Amino acid sequence: MIKRTFLALFTGVIFMFSCSSDDTSGGTDNQTDNFDRSAMLVNWADNIIIPVYEDLNSKLEILAAEKEVFIAEPTPTNLFSLRTAWQDAYKVWQYAEMFNVGMAENINYIFQMNVYPTNVQDIQNNIESQDYDLSSVNNNDAVGFPALDYMLYGVGSTETEVVDFYTTSASADKRKIYLSDLTDRMQSLTQTVLEDWKNGYRDTFVSSTDNTATGSINLVVNDFIYYYEKGFRANKFGIPAGVFSQNPLPDRVEAYYTYDFSKVLALEAMTAVQDFFNGRAYQSGSDGRSLADYLNSINGSEDLSTSITSQYAAARTKINTLNDSFAEQVNTNNVAMTETFDSIQLAVVLLKVDMLQALDISVDYVDADGD
Amino acid sequence: MLKHVKAYFNQQNSAAPLAVFRIGFGLMMLISIIRFWSYGWIEKLYLDPKFHFSYYGFEWIKPIGDWTYLIFILCGLSALCVALGLKYRLAIILFFLSFTYIELMDKTTYLNHYYFISLVSFLMIFLPASAFYSIDTLFKKKQYLLIPQWTIDSIKLLLALVYFYAGLAKLNSDWLFKAMPLKIWLPSKYGLPFIGGNLMQQEWFHFAMSWSGMLYDLFIPFLLLYKRTRIFAFALVVFFHVFTRVLFPIGMFPYIMIIGSLVFFDPKVHHKIIRSIQKFLKLFSIKPKPIATGTFKYPNPKIIISGLAVFFVIQMLLPFRYVLYPSELFWREEGYRFSWRVMLMEKRGYANFKVVNPEENTYFYVDNTDFLSSFQEKQMSTQPDFILEYAHFLGEQFKAQGHEPIEIYVESYVALNGRKSQPFIDPDVDLLKQYESFQPKSWILPLNDDIKGL
Repeated sequence: MIKRTFLALFTGVIFMFSCSSDDTSGGTDNQTDNFDRSAMLVNWADNIIIPVYEDLNSKLEILAAEKEVFIAEPTPTNLFSLRTAWQDAYKVWQYAEMFNVGMAENINYIFQMNVYPTNVQDIQNNIESQDYDLSSVNNNDAVGFPALDYMLYGVGSTETEVVDFYTTSASADKRKIYLSDLTDRMQSLTQTVLEDWKNGYRDTFVSSTDNTATGSINLVVNDFIYYYEKGFRANKFGIPAGVFSQNPLPDRVEAYYTYDFSKVLALEAMTAVQDFFNGRAYQSGSDGRSLADYLNSINGSEDLSTSITSQYAAARTKINTLNDSFAEQVNTNNVAMTETFDSIQLAVVLLKVDMLQALDISVDYVDADGD
Repeated sequence: MLKHVKAYFNQQNSAAPLAVFRIGFGLMMLISIIRFWSYGWIEKLYLDPKFHFSYYGFEWIKPIGDWTYLIFILCGLSALCVALGLKYRLAIILFFLSFTYIELMDKTTYLNHYYFISLVSFLMIFLPASAFYSIDTLFKKKQYLLIPQWTIDSIKLLLALVYFYAGLAKLNSDWLFKAMPLKIWLPSKYGLPFIGGNLMQQEWFHFAMSWSGMLYDLFIPFLLLYKRTRIFAFALVVFFHVFTRVLFPIGMFPYIMIIGSLVFFDPKVHHKIIRSIQKFLKLFSIKPKPIATGTFKYPNPKIIISGLAVFFVIQMLLPFRYVLYPSELFWREEGYRFSWRVMLMEKRGYANFKVVNPEENTYFYVDNTDFLSSFQEKQMSTQPDFILEYAHFLGEQFKAQGHEPIEIYVESYVALNGRKSQPFIDPDVDLLKQYESFQPKSWILPLNDDIKGL
């Protein structure tokens, strides 16, 4: 008797499993898992991440070339070209900072490219000692775009003064070497990351579709949210506006020495965030499979992508009202700055709470047991 | 009636089931501790964080630096001694104390099955689990073939309580009529071979899993108790726990429950198990020695029995303490822990703490990653008692840095079981003026929805 009931139940369970796997072949059931995650990863890799690195790499090559010209002949004209090349590359960087996966994570790429405020004392010590390891963690705040911000704008208040910095002083040669090393290193790091994507990592990346801590979707979504909250919201707006400290800290803005460049960068970063969410190709601007589509494919989460999109739009509107120089903005009317921060903040909740719930993506990297 | 009760408590049964349970439990605990250590969780969970969330009334229990390893060593060794039946009474007391200490160090890691292990080990202190087939019997040169029936039944009762109450907790509208949270969790297992892309995505399957999970929890104790359904029930236990182990990261718990459920079987089965252990040990030339036998009797059975009766009454009432608090239980979590509410909620939150100087009318926000691990932050952001404790910790931190006068507010959002995120804690309440207690927390904002049921 017992054996028979057991057998009956066992066959029942087997039957249930085998039946349901047949169900999908009918194709009429809209509850099958019909979102093509692989297509989303392919879109991210081939239309966003790799083109961004390619563009950044070519912009940094131009920067390195302009640097050679400037070092050979430090003139105001050459300084102008060098600054323009730096600005062009820095704008592209805004599209790359959110991707901390693969080689970028392995070599600590992001922390060698855009840690600010830059540490002027460290830069000066490096220049004087001529004995430095630019890859060292201690030098993260003495390298990358912010260090060049200081080297190209901060070392003098006029173009002539900046040129003088590389010509008249006894340390002029040392300074040129540091400028050169900084620039070359940014380019070579970027090249390393790009080549890794092109030589194999791209395939690994797009094939890792599982919802595990090391799955590509989990890694990139976590990076994306981390970037939005930290690199974008806190670094560009919150910290200078003083929302994490007792007083505003206007000297903590991005591109502090360039003075009127922080808003340009922030708007580029906002575009990067919006484009990534909507799966927009970096070069062609055409839309592909995206996080927004992923949310739309989940029952009950259809209006979430709309909420996120419109919150981004609201944040962009706020950013547009700000002064070209965020440092100036903080000094004259910090309320506008904190209001912008608040508007950006509202999307953090939608991303971190609602989106992660809908996609059931884990945020805690400590892989502890559950109940 | 009284006669029946008396007769029951005088009833004797084979000591084998309890001996097998002791061996199984001890070994599982030893493996758990080794596993926990090898994953680096001692550092990650207890040594690395700067701050630990305490249980109300147990604030004095904290990790003790590198000595924390010693607690784990003690816990593992005592688990081994329990399995061997070596100095059993001392070993199980030390196991109960060390294990419970570990669990009380930080409530971030609270799991129902850890609580279950504390309870089982507490109960086992009073049971003659080393009466038979233990090293103690070799030293004492005496073993007991028979022990009171109720000592075996008490383990069964505790197991039955866990299952049955877990089943009761599933009698709510989210679980039964919305298939939540399984509707969120199962589709995300799309990577599973064979069933990930199709079965896991079916809405009917989410409902089938919800309802069968509820029925399983409610009825499995009875199916295990009743002789004619026992084998079938055990097969279900194995299937259910293995299946959930495949789906969810639940560590050792499924295996502990499978091994634990063996206690429901006849002594015959347990004698067989012991014989196969003996056979296995013979491979190492360890042979059983003949020992004198006797019948185990408690010196003061009345005290033990009434003490354990109180223990079980508390266990039956404690999960219902939530009725003393305002609804919604899942939202407020007052009376949520220690109640066998397992896998009932998908809850995510975000808590942004604001440190205010009321005199100068200035404020700043806190970067939680400065103080908490990502796991702690995750747990903190959805549970009011965590939020309160953390706010007070922040208050101390910033006061020490000279920030005074100081007020601490939180802007927080929580999403529960697929609902949209909504404000969680009253953002206008200075948390430093609120204190932990058993009173309802007035500063939790209401959930804009009803969850009906137990």
